[in-house]
Amino acid sequence: MKSYYLFSKDYHSEIRTRYAINSLIMFIIVAVSVILFSIGNERVPGNLTAGLYWVVIFFSAMSGLGRAFISEEERGTSMTLQLIASPSTVLSGKIIFNLILVFAMNIVITFIYSILFEEFVIQNYILFIINFILGNIGLAVSATIISAIIAKAGSKGTLYPVLSFPILLPLILTSAKLTLFSIDGTSINDAVFELAIVACYDVIMVSASYMLFDFIWKD
Amino acid sequence: MNNYSLQANAVKKNFGRRLIFSNISFELINKGIFGISGPNGSGKSTLAKILAGLISPSGGKVIHKSNSKEILPERLHNHIGFVSPYLILYDEFSASENFYFFARIRGITPDKNKIEDLLKRFLLFNRKEDPVKTYSSGMKQRLKFIFALMHSPDLIVLDEPTSNLDEEGKESVYKIIGEEAENKIIVIASNEERDLSLCGNIIMLENFKLTGSR
Repeated sequence: MKSYYLFSKDYHSEIRTRYAINSLIMFIIVAVSVILFSIGNERVPGNLTAGLYWVVIFFSAMSGLGRAFISEEERGTSMTLQLIASPSTVLSGKIIFNLILVFAMNIVITFIYSILFEEFVIQNYILFIINFILGNIGLAVSATIISAIIAKAGSKGTLYPVLSFPILLPLILTSAKLTLFSIDGTSINDAVFELAIVACYDVIMVSASYMLFDFIWKD
Repeated sequence: MNNYSLQANAVKKNFGRRLIFSNISFELINKGIFGISGPNGSGKSTLAKILAGLISPSGGKVIHKSNSKEILPERLHNHIGFVSPYLILYDEFSASENFYFFARIRGITPDKNKIEDLLKRFLLFNRKEDPVKTYSSGMKQRLKFIFALMHSPDLIVLDEPTSNLDEEGKESVYKIIGEEAENKIIVIASNEERDLSLCGNIIMLENFKLTGSR
């Protein structure tokens, strides 16, 4: 429950300050518009659609999810958090906030894609939903811990996507492939290997985040 | 009776290659007001943060004990109250909202009576629903005392407690420090003579080490 109240604090703070939501919405609109203008009347094959879908997700996440710890550090409230909560409570609260943000963001992106891209037609919904859930969990957890790592560094804006890219690459590549499978109509049995990679990625990131966070948070 | 002790064993701190202080050892038991004094840059605030568990020492150890049991680092925040000019509360929230979230995140039910009493004592009751960003620096400093006291901590660490305060604010702070010191340990890091005059013992930091005590 402590983590829930930390999430609640962040939620109410976000409603008032709009640190993340505005930049996320703007980024989604701009990214999708640029892709649409670039494509013009060309017909985009399924594999490119799946790749572009995750490109928009990756860069939208970079513009919004990093705020979790960076906003606390920039406003000088990190010490206040240290004085009221244990490190695991802080990390859990921030992960809950980023999970909800990333799910909301990706539902909007998926909705926009399904309206604007003719080729973005899902054949295997169950595979798409499993990938959507696992991919979002991996994205939210990774984005949260990377945000904690770079919050105390200078040049945060540049460092965040630079550090995120190698960490998120295995997730993005595999999730893009699974999205292509769900567009192609590939069965779940044929996608087990890729699903296992994403699930393992999530388990590794969650475990590593909770193990490392104590050291990141204190100094 | 509060049974709390704070023990610093050969504490050392350096930032990179720059040594701030080394070999700081002392023990504070049960109650009383203890001062940390020294010239600018001697490490008063750094030592205050180490005692409050906000940063780790580079060497040595700080042990907090409650009823002779060592407190785990992840639970230390429930035993500590901390005030300093660089502590910042959430200014998009009102004072009441800040205290509601702080209590809930600590896992306790907000004690409305206690918070209202503290708000009255620090002359902030009429402004409790206003966003903190509309407060003056002195009002924000008074608000930090309520933040530090609302969960009834065993150890209160005050770094420059009267900075930004007017005479009325200072008097409120001195009065409440006197009351809390009857059953709690209070550590004051300051160079203000009036702040230090409250202290029973003063630790002097100079030339990277503890140079004496009063």
